[in-house]
Amino acid sequence: MSAPASIPVDPRRDGRRLALLLVATPFVLWILLIVVIPHVDLLLISLHEKVAPRVFKTGIRNYVEFFGEPVYVQALVRTVAMSLLATALTLVIAFPVAYYIAKLARGRARTALFMACLLPFWVSELVRVFGWMMILRETGLLSNLLIWAGITAGPVEFLYNDVVVMIGLVYTSLLFMVVPLISALDSLDDSLIEAGYDLGGNAVSILREVVVPHAMPGIVAGSIVVFMLTLGNYLTPTLLGGKSSQWFTAQIYTQFITRFNWEVGSAFGFVLLATSSLIVWIGLRLTGQSLSSTLGR
Amino acid sequence: MLRTLPRSPVVDAAYKAYVGLFLIYLALPLIVVAVFAFNDSLFPALPWRGFTLDWFVGTTDPKLGLLQDRNILRGIGNSVLVAIATTAVSILVGTTTAFLFERHDFPFKSFAYLMMLAPLVIPGVILGISILAFSSTVANALDDRFGWEVAALRPGLLLVVLGQFSFIATIATLVIAARLRKFDRALEEAAFDLGATPAAAFLTVTLPYLAPALIGAGLVAFLISFENFNTTLMLVGSDPPLTITMFDRMKQGSTPVLNAVSLFLMVGSGLIGLISVMVQRDRGEGRAG
Repeated sequence: MSAPASIPVDPRRDGRRLALLLVATPFVLWILLIVVIPHVDLLLISLHEKVAPRVFKTGIRNYVEFFGEPVYVQALVRTVAMSLLATALTLVIAFPVAYYIAKLARGRARTALFMACLLPFWVSELVRVFGWMMILRETGLLSNLLIWAGITAGPVEFLYNDVVVMIGLVYTSLLFMVVPLISALDSLDDSLIEAGYDLGGNAVSILREVVVPHAMPGIVAGSIVVFMLTLGNYLTPTLLGGKSSQWFTAQIYTQFITRFNWEVGSAFGFVLLATSSLIVWIGLRLTGQSLSSTLGR
Repeated sequence: MLRTLPRSPVVDAAYKAYVGLFLIYLALPLIVVAVFAFNDSLFPALPWRGFTLDWFVGTTDPKLGLLQDRNILRGIGNSVLVAIATTAVSILVGTTTAFLFERHDFPFKSFAYLMMLAPLVIPGVILGISILAFSSTVANALDDRFGWEVAALRPGLLLVVLGQFSFIATIATLVIAARLRKFDRALEEAAFDLGATPAAAFLTVTLPYLAPALIGAGLVAFLISFENFNTTLMLVGSDPPLTITMFDRMKQGSTPVLNAVSLFLMVGSGLIGLISVMVQRDRGEGRAG
């Protein structure tokens, strides 16, 4: 450094220190007090074994209880499997729509289509689920339509099964897939697709060799968000699936709020957190993406 | 397939039909909810018994309208309160955190960035129970050690705000940071050259540039907070926000007043959403979400 030694302190540097301190403090308080420490506390509670009322010792009995009870493990496996399926279905349904908006529609039509996709998702999930309930329940529109058309003799209950839960979950997730897909496809230069055709490719091979690889960050980002939201969803499976949905978050709710068994409930929470982190990590690994590159854009 | 390349008319028609069906799938449940807000029946179902506005303005018991329903009005009040508080704190912390990651270098920065993103990938239910557990640990400790009973740390609106803030702040940070990244630092340097103090430069140059992102993020934060369910459910006390009130009604079975509230939510959130898109689009590059 050739800076003259006669300047002992750089006031600008001190200012930067102060600025760093100022902007770092809220961040640290937020992440430590509201995110990290509560989760550490949750972990500690999950390691409490109840010996007598208000007397605990440390151990992994709550986790043993979880893995020893087939009903709980089944609920978790079922929830994960249904969430993966919902993610895949959402991707398959959303991709053509995103491609249409990004590459085929233009001008006003493009804006209008994009807004039409966006609008339903500004409305509360509760309202959307309520709409599906009104359509699908025994006294609902679909049942009445079938009776009116003479297809069935009496009312039919469409609620409380896995298919309906899947319809609701996919519906709730679509936007979180469509938006990252559009922004990924938007950045794909049309001339690359044209080049693919010039080189003798067809729609399928170009999709596989050009479009999908380019859209991969969007696909991964959308899939992660959809998977997490689905796995952590409570409202849609509970209202559309009823008791039969056995959604894992409903088990956590039961332990925490209904049975007031926080020790077991915390263990369940950690099992869910670990499972979802593991699956997201595997997904990132398989696709060669990273969390900050997919979410933090 | 590109718009510049010729397409087979059959494929083209099938593609358009698919997009059309997709839009119907999106709109159907919302239209159903909206239409039945005007059905003159005690149940939100067929048969259609004629048009009425009772579910908005009705004053007598079985047909108590939205404007007369105490529980629903209280729910809206609680939700507004929570949403305002959550939005204010989220924007404040989102702004400082955006500056932290866009303007400063410090050790473990990429790890800190991952921690900042973490609340988005933690299921809302778990954010809820962790805050519930920790606040009650603190409350119990204060009670045991000092005999203080701190009601604010028990399930209630403060915990709901904290729970929602924990992940809405991440969303606010991402929106604000995206705009800050595009800011031309030369503008600030010019302000310094003209003799502005850092505070003056921030207030007169940087902040006005950020305004669309701040307003956009604020509207989105308000919307997400108002409509949050998963985290709120775990932290709610004796003063439920609207989504919780509606959920309870939905489980029990309700009159079409629920449709009226839903329609009110649709119009309200649609407007807020539209404004947030327009605010961010107005001055160019910004994009919602």
